[in-house]
Amino acid sequence: MPDAPTSRRLLLSATALIALGGPAAARSIRGALPWSPNEAYPPPRVTAGGWLYFTAEEAASIEAIANRLIPADALGPGGGEAGCAIYLDRQLAGPYGSSSWLYMQGPFARGTPEQGLQDERPPAALYRQSLSAINAHCRARFGGRAFPALSPEEQDALLHAIDEGRSGIAGLEDKPFFEMLLQNVMEGFFADPIYGGNRDMAGWKLLGFPGTRYDYREMLDRPNQPYRDPPVPLSGLRAASWQVAR
Amino acid sequence: MSRRLPPTDVVVVGLGWTGSIMSYELCRAGLRVTAIERGPWRDTPTDFPPTTAPDELRYSIRHDLFVRPAQETLTFRNTMNQTALPIRRWGSFLPGNGVGGAGVHWNGQTWRWHPWDFTFHSSSVARYGADFLPQDHMMQDWGITYEELEESFDRFEYLCGISGKAGNLGGQLQPGGNPFEGSRRRDYPTPPMQMTAAPQLFAKAATELGWKPFPQPSANLSQAYTNPYGCKLAPCTYCGFCERFGCGNFSKSSPQTCVLPVLVRHPGFEARTECQVTRVNLSRDGKRATGVTYVDTAGQEWEQPAALVLLCAYQLFNVRLLLLSGIGKPYNPATGEGVVGRNYAYQVTGGATGFFGQDKIFNPFIGAGSVGMVADEFNADNFDHGPAGFVGGASLACILTNGRPITNRPVPPDTPRWGSEWKRATRDNYNRWAAVGLQGSVMPYRGNYLDLDPTYKDSNGLPLLRMTFDFPENERKLSRFAVDRCVEAVRAMGAHTVRRNEISGPYSIVPYQSTHNTGGAIMGSDPKTSVANKYCQVWDVPNVFLSGASLFPMNAGFNPTGPVGALAYWAADAIRDRYLPNPGPLVPA
Repeated sequence: MPDAPTSRRLLLSATALIALGGPAAARSIRGALPWSPNEAYPPPRVTAGGWLYFTAEEAASIEAIANRLIPADALGPGGGEAGCAIYLDRQLAGPYGSSSWLYMQGPFARGTPEQGLQDERPPAALYRQSLSAINAHCRARFGGRAFPALSPEEQDALLHAIDEGRSGIAGLEDKPFFEMLLQNVMEGFFADPIYGGNRDMAGWKLLGFPGTRYDYREMLDRPNQPYRDPPVPLSGLRAASWQVAR
Repeated sequence: MSRRLPPTDVVVVGLGWTGSIMSYELCRAGLRVTAIERGPWRDTPTDFPPTTAPDELRYSIRHDLFVRPAQETLTFRNTMNQTALPIRRWGSFLPGNGVGGAGVHWNGQTWRWHPWDFTFHSSSVARYGADFLPQDHMMQDWGITYEELEESFDRFEYLCGISGKAGNLGGQLQPGGNPFEGSRRRDYPTPPMQMTAAPQLFAKAATELGWKPFPQPSANLSQAYTNPYGCKLAPCTYCGFCERFGCGNFSKSSPQTCVLPVLVRHPGFEARTECQVTRVNLSRDGKRATGVTYVDTAGQEWEQPAALVLLCAYQLFNVRLLLLSGIGKPYNPATGEGVVGRNYAYQVTGGATGFFGQDKIFNPFIGAGSVGMVADEFNADNFDHGPAGFVGGASLACILTNGRPITNRPVPPDTPRWGSEWKRATRDNYNRWAAVGLQGSVMPYRGNYLDLDPTYKDSNGLPLLRMTFDFPENERKLSRFAVDRCVEAVRAMGAHTVRRNEISGPYSIVPYQSTHNTGGAIMGSDPKTSVANKYCQVWDVPNVFLSGASLFPMNAGFNPTGPVGALAYWAADAIRDRYLPNPGPLVPA
């Protein structure tokens, strides 16, 4: 998520409480609704060019995994082709990857499943460790080949083993990693293309989701009829042909 | 060192629904009001323009509008013999943050609760006998009746412009409305929303089952509306981005659309945002509040003296602030004594998801938070509980709020979670599912409560709130019973496959269920078993008033915002008409 507007808000507010006798980063509002043009910070569009967090091998591994979780077939592109790795790379480079919005104070304990996330490693670190463990396992087991070099059948078998918690891969916690991975790949396939995945709205076209059209009143008198208009992303109609150059 | 500010008449903690309503009503009564809000300023053109509002990842998945746990969270455990651990990432519920609070990101389902709900204890004993009530219950009446609150419900509905159909006007049942509702003085301010395909199908099926379905009372508006404050709302466009989102169309009632435009212009009002109140300050004898202390984002501590303190934070944080301030005796589950933290309750949720054949096209993305049809036959005391063997009830509804694709693309049971088979099932079913959901009551119990955590602290070094909660057997029976009814409805709608969604295993904070947390600082008629009297005034500190769902002694089979709004008007009236002429306890202890 973007940080710049927060600092603009802090800047605006830095002067607001001076009347109270001292500097403060808070904000006083009275007399009129505050509004500045374009203050609503849209997320910056993910742009092309290399990896911000992943190493080349990590990126290739995520692309290969995404292509198995969401395979290319007659229904449309696979997760890797749709940009799930770019999506995840940008997410891991931001506040999601570092868990900076979450409560990360100790002491850390394992807890019950009902108590939810208790891992002190944020997603970026978890991906680094887990992909490294998976690729080390593949090299040892499949004649020096890392995950991207395995056959689709070998990849599927390994992913099923991780999903079911029986991979036995040293240094990998199967279930928590797989849950995070599956969630993130689905996010990459179905989130607005502005985040780098869902390329050419492949995920939305699969479902028939019209995106951000925001007004369907004309359809109310036509229940049980298909919606025909093509999807629109946050960045507008021109983005229908937008692609991340690699 | 804290710096002392010039005194004001009223300090309001939290600028959501209740904070903005009470602030404006007291400004109009001639008082100077300062509202202090933990989160940022938010309004429609600045923060939710249609060009950025419909962003599922940012708002629904990454929780942009909610309080960040890094700033404030709570700890959780199922039972007293476990060690509570922090909720590091929100799941089961999503507390709001910033101006507008949860009133920004709600779905808009707006209910008057049943007359029975307010006397749920005495009425249950009268009909079924005390032995029928569940073990270890802490049931007690509210100390206020539906009839006393009726005018306040009406005012909140007209503030919001609620779209609906009356079922009971002055005792006369009205066809097409809820036949079980309490008597109301007039109809809703705007007509019901136009229904989409799935709710229409549910209404037909429910009628065949002998139920009397009616439109969900909706704070997504069916037509343009100007409220009594002069604030204008626009018709809903069924965009499918309600819950977890701000509305870019001015079509969802919220503090932003209904109160703030006039409140902020009032010369008696000031809002301070990004300032976290850390305690209510008390006089030396502890019998009077002298104001509040808060910390701004630079870490500077300020003291704001005030003659009146209104706690208008979210339910959980109101309870925490009372505990941090030493107001009221903390509840002790071992002895059953004490009041602050008792009667914490939550919501039974679930239902049935049906998958339909090629002849159905539901277009799930055409929706709104409150567009749907409801059946109330199994709620409150609308049916004989004797054979069912539990107390409480649930409303059943088909409300297709959205088809947002990261979250809402169900597939039939036994479909793989990934791979080609998953992909085909996802495509085939996206347009051909509909769900009938339930919202069930939760009774108060001795072991479900809130207190301060002994270990974990917030970013200011203050103890986090600790929640101890699980669903007791009474609520599990209710869940099975109500899910059975949902399954009947989905089958009657013609689904070929049905998936049950019911309570199984201990309550978990991981999957989203409902942001309907209630209790912990309840109202009542006895200071030994309640924090506040029927006017929402704290028994022990009469110049502190409470608002919101922390006042509820139980949770009902409906959404809480209706009574939350009504109690805000009720308490503001009591302050203006009863307290100001004669400051002191409004009910003798």
